[in-house]
Amino acid sequence: MIEVRDLKVCYAGRTVADVPELDVGAGECVAIVGESGSGKSTTLLALLGLTDGADVSGHIRVCGVDVLTAPPRELRAIRGARAALVLQSPQAALSPATRLGVLMRRALRLHGRDDGAAAMARAMEAVLLDPAILRRYPHEVSGGQAQRFAIALAIALGAEVILADEPTSALDVTVQAEVVGVLRRLRAERDLALLLVSHDLALVSTIADRVLVMKDGAVVESGPAARVLAEPAHPYTRELLEALP
Amino acid sequence: MLRHLARRLGQALLVVAGVVVLTFAVMRVVPGDPAVAFAGPKATPEQLAAARERFGLDDPLPAQLLAYVRDLVTGDWGISLRTRQPVRDDLALAFPASLELVGAALLLAIAVGIPLGVLAARYKTKFPDFGVRLGSMLAVSVPVFWLALALQTLFAGALGWFPVAGEYDARLDTTSPLTLWTNITAVDALITGNWPILTSTLHHLVLPALVVAAYPAGVIAQMTRAALIEEAGQDHARMGRALGFGETSVLTRFALRPALNPVLSLIALVFAYALVNGFLVEAVFNWPGLGRYAAESIRSLDTPAIAGVTLLVALVYVLVNLVVDLLQGLVDPRVRVR
Amino acid sequence: MTHDAPPLRRSLPRLLPDRFAAFGAVLIVLVVLAAVLAPWLAPYPLDEVRPLERLRPPSAEHWFGTDQVGRDVLTRILYGGRTSLFIAAAVLAVSALAGVTLGVVAGYAGGRLRDVIMRVTDVFLAFPALLLSLALAVVLQPGVNTVILAIAVTWWPWYTRLSASVAASIATRPYVDAARCLGVPAPLIILRHVLPNSLTPVLVQLSLDAGGVILTAAALSYLGLGAQEPTAEWGLMVQQGQTLFTTNWWVVAFPGLAILLTAFAFNVLGEGLRGALDPRRVR
Repeated sequence: MIEVRDLKVCYAGRTVADVPELDVGAGECVAIVGESGSGKSTTLLALLGLTDGADVSGHIRVCGVDVLTAPPRELRAIRGARAALVLQSPQAALSPATRLGVLMRRALRLHGRDDGAAAMARAMEAVLLDPAILRRYPHEVSGGQAQRFAIALAIALGAEVILADEPTSALDVTVQAEVVGVLRRLRAERDLALLLVSHDLALVSTIADRVLVMKDGAVVESGPAARVLAEPAHPYTRELLEALP
Repeated sequence: MLRHLARRLGQALLVVAGVVVLTFAVMRVVPGDPAVAFAGPKATPEQLAAARERFGLDDPLPAQLLAYVRDLVTGDWGISLRTRQPVRDDLALAFPASLELVGAALLLAIAVGIPLGVLAARYKTKFPDFGVRLGSMLAVSVPVFWLALALQTLFAGALGWFPVAGEYDARLDTTSPLTLWTNITAVDALITGNWPILTSTLHHLVLPALVVAAYPAGVIAQMTRAALIEEAGQDHARMGRALGFGETSVLTRFALRPALNPVLSLIALVFAYALVNGFLVEAVFNWPGLGRYAAESIRSLDTPAIAGVTLLVALVYVLVNLVVDLLQGLVDPRVRVR
Repeated sequence: MTHDAPPLRRSLPRLLPDRFAAFGAVLIVLVVLAAVLAPWLAPYPLDEVRPLERLRPPSAEHWFGTDQVGRDVLTRILYGGRTSLFIAAAVLAVSALAGVTLGVVAGYAGGRLRDVIMRVTDVFLAFPALLLSLALAVVLQPGVNTVILAIAVTWWPWYTRLSASVAASIATRPYVDAARCLGVPAPLIILRHVLPNSLTPVLVQLSLDAGGVILTAAALSYLGLGAQEPTAEWGLMVQQGQTLFTTNWWVVAFPGLAILLTAFAFNVLGEGLRGALDPRRVR
């Protein structure tokens, strides 16, 4: 579902992300780990062509669309509908003046999906949310609810890929578990491809099949999650692991 | 919350007290002898003494100030030297006309400024952005009195599309007399269904309102642009894009409403500025508002009238500021945007 | 204002790409040059009256035409620039000096002194600038000095409010705390640390305000409360020619354009400076 070769993202001549290879297949979960500023979030945004003002080179295919050369209309058609983004701070990612239901209905209509109340309720129930929450504003829901709503959006739109940028780091521990549980279950049920950006190695070890370790914009190590986390080859990965409680 | 309210009210009262003292200082202490102003330069010593007696000018200054405050509170804002009417009555007639002009101008400024700001933000650093920035910069830099003269000469004089001056055709007072409720002509004409006067007033309003609107429209366009660009960089705008919405939808359907918050508080602040800017425009278009009243009072050195206008506008200004402040304090601007 | 505004000189390189600001700076240089060099640039002596050449339209001899008593309009506009720029410079110098002094003291001292200063500031801020200037200009003798005094009285509080907030945030910085603990006297701390850091936002504000002062001064003169004959002043020129707009447009149009251009130049530069100095700058 995601295919990246020789991706380079530069801001004002400085390379902030350099990813030689990254593939995520259906039903697979790949995690990019590293400290903040290591270029992992930028990589994620580049996959949807959302890096404003950056020079992006290389080759990116998401859901069969060549992101760097596709016309804007085609790119917009896959955004949300086929490849969904889940951002770190759940409430900031929702427009403060728009009720959740209004946002969902607009998005469904935009992509020509069923925007009936029943379809919306089904998506909400898939992430264990009360459909009544659709009547609320972002500041009236909890962080965990907002994050699950973002996933519900992806479900309602029928996304095949979820790109999640630190989906749990702004949440309490118990709420984190809820969100991770939902992600894991959906991945199994719907064969979703999941690309996860996180600095939380504990989370990564429970969900990811493969891991990319990034430092200062470069990939320093990659491989199956079990191997990378058990026998880290790069000193930086060891450092990250040692930082775990 | 109540404490915040009490605090702000207390501060506002303090400011009002200061405003009264300052007005008193400017009007009674600075000009030397107000008795001369009242009795005229050719007054005999006896007349001068009578004037001094009448205004309590021989009392110590604090006593005079106290008397001034007492008069103000009891509704005695003095007698105009020019119209020989109570200043309060003059103001009650002139202020609504100014409100009418400024209100119309602000509506116009909002209707023009916000869409232009959106346009500029949408095409940031492109030609429309450049055009809007240039235009809004010109709008805030143009001397209003000159713009008023230019538009009057061109559209009322040379082309004859609009009336040159006045609030409405005075002949209508005999054919379809207006019943006064609010003293705001357009509003009174509307609620009493007086269509001839309403259309005539609106026709007369166009040019002066355009001139008064120039500055607020420029400021609103700039502010809308800046606030929108800031909102467009937020996570929720990014989320909108990630959901497949185009840039225009992201701006108008998601970013605009949160961005309007700072714009709305700006509008309240621009109100007072527009009111005073309107003074110059009123003088040019002979609009029967505070500005014309002030200009005529200035010409005849009518200190009580000038003090009244100053005080009234300052009070309005304090009030508007207080309301804006309380609104912002009451609600988290980030969250409460229903 | 909670952030540290970057020092001016470090921001200058960032300023250059902003074509808007550069444009404003060039305009200002031109306006200032025209005003300073007026005696050499002006085609005619300032007060030369030629009754036989009244109200001549723009021509090769009189680029901007002549006015109602036969004076060259271009000459008076060039000299008028001196009046306007002098008023703006004087007003801004007086109000910045008074305002920043009070503001820095209020912000650094805090407590009751700050409250008193800020409440007084609030009172002055409650008067729209043009209005209080109007009232003052009425009670004083009309003239350039009155205009300067009247506008300065309404302008200083802005600088007090601005520098007080900057100073208050700087007064809590560790290095200021350290200096205080070392026993450095307060005036010295203010001079060394608080004042220099307050200057950048004040400079930006000065540039933004120059346009407003020029417009206010022109408005006062237009109302007959400012500069008087025979001083060349743009607002006054508009007022004297206003009845002639239909028949002899150049008498009114050019002085107005001069005001517009000058205010515009300052506003553009101020906006550009503010953008360049704002860390949250959106390009």
